[in-house]
Amino acid sequence: MILTGVMAAILVTMALALVRATLGPTLFDRILALNMFGTKTVLLIAVVCFTIDRTDFLDLALAYALMNFIGVVAVLRLFLHKGFGEPEPDEEGASS
Amino acid sequence: MFQQTVDILVLGLLAATALAVVRMRTLIGAAMLMGIYSFLSASWMLILDAPDVAFTEAAVGAGVSTIFVLATLSITTIRAKRQTKFQFAPLAVVVLTGAVLIYGTLDMPHFGDPEAPVHRVGNRYIKRVPEEFKIPNAVTAVLGSYRGFDTFGETTVVLTAGLGVLCLLRKRREDEPKVVTE
Repeated sequence: MILTGVMAAILVTMALALVRATLGPTLFDRILALNMFGTKTVLLIAVVCFTIDRTDFLDLALAYALMNFIGVVAVLRLFLHKGFGEPEPDEEGASS
Repeated sequence: MFQQTVDILVLGLLAATALAVVRMRTLIGAAMLMGIYSFLSASWMLILDAPDVAFTEAAVGAGVSTIFVLATLSITTIRAKRQTKFQFAPLAVVVLTGAVLIYGTLDMPHFGDPEAPVHRVGNRYIKRVPEEFKIPNAVTAVLGSYRGFDTFGETTVVLTAGLGVLCLLRKRREDEPKVVTE
């Protein structure tokens, strides 16, 4: 019963994050929505695992959390350096 | 009942995300939405009890392909051109492909059907692998031999995709003649 309620709350939050990613006036709203959606996916997996009694799937949730982190870091790096190449020497000196 | 409700809700979110990706003009926003799509489809695969596929989708779809798309955007442009004229041919191709895919599902066994072919041949594979191949791992025998053509096709697809990405993203040499596009 309580798991059903948690599942409903997570799905509603996912829908709201999706709305923010779609409407989001700035790109940072969208990045935040992506990050939040990844977190909600981790929670959804955890709840599904306990609902169907297969707690060995919980490792997957860890992998998803890592993927979420890598994705957000990649996006932010793109904004910081305008690309994935090596940063310019003077830019590196200015940022540190 | 619970499972079906969650299935329908997650699939509805998937459809909404796909529509949002199509409508999005800012390409970085579209990349974000595609990341959301991968997370959703991966969790749906997990709900359908396919953790191996869900794992692959999480690693490739949500992790690597978001980074690839963003790397592509960083060397091209971040805004899509606004399409003003309605084009009939792409819509027809999409509708036709969708219809063929739905027609293809009509032939498939239902989810969890005990009479499905995969359940009927499974026991025979397990019994006959040791005497036919002398391979201790039954999964390796099934992938490498019983489903050899399938695995060969998958490997070809992965190789082709890797070659395509390498051709597009490699650094050009100085003395290489420039390709004229205009």
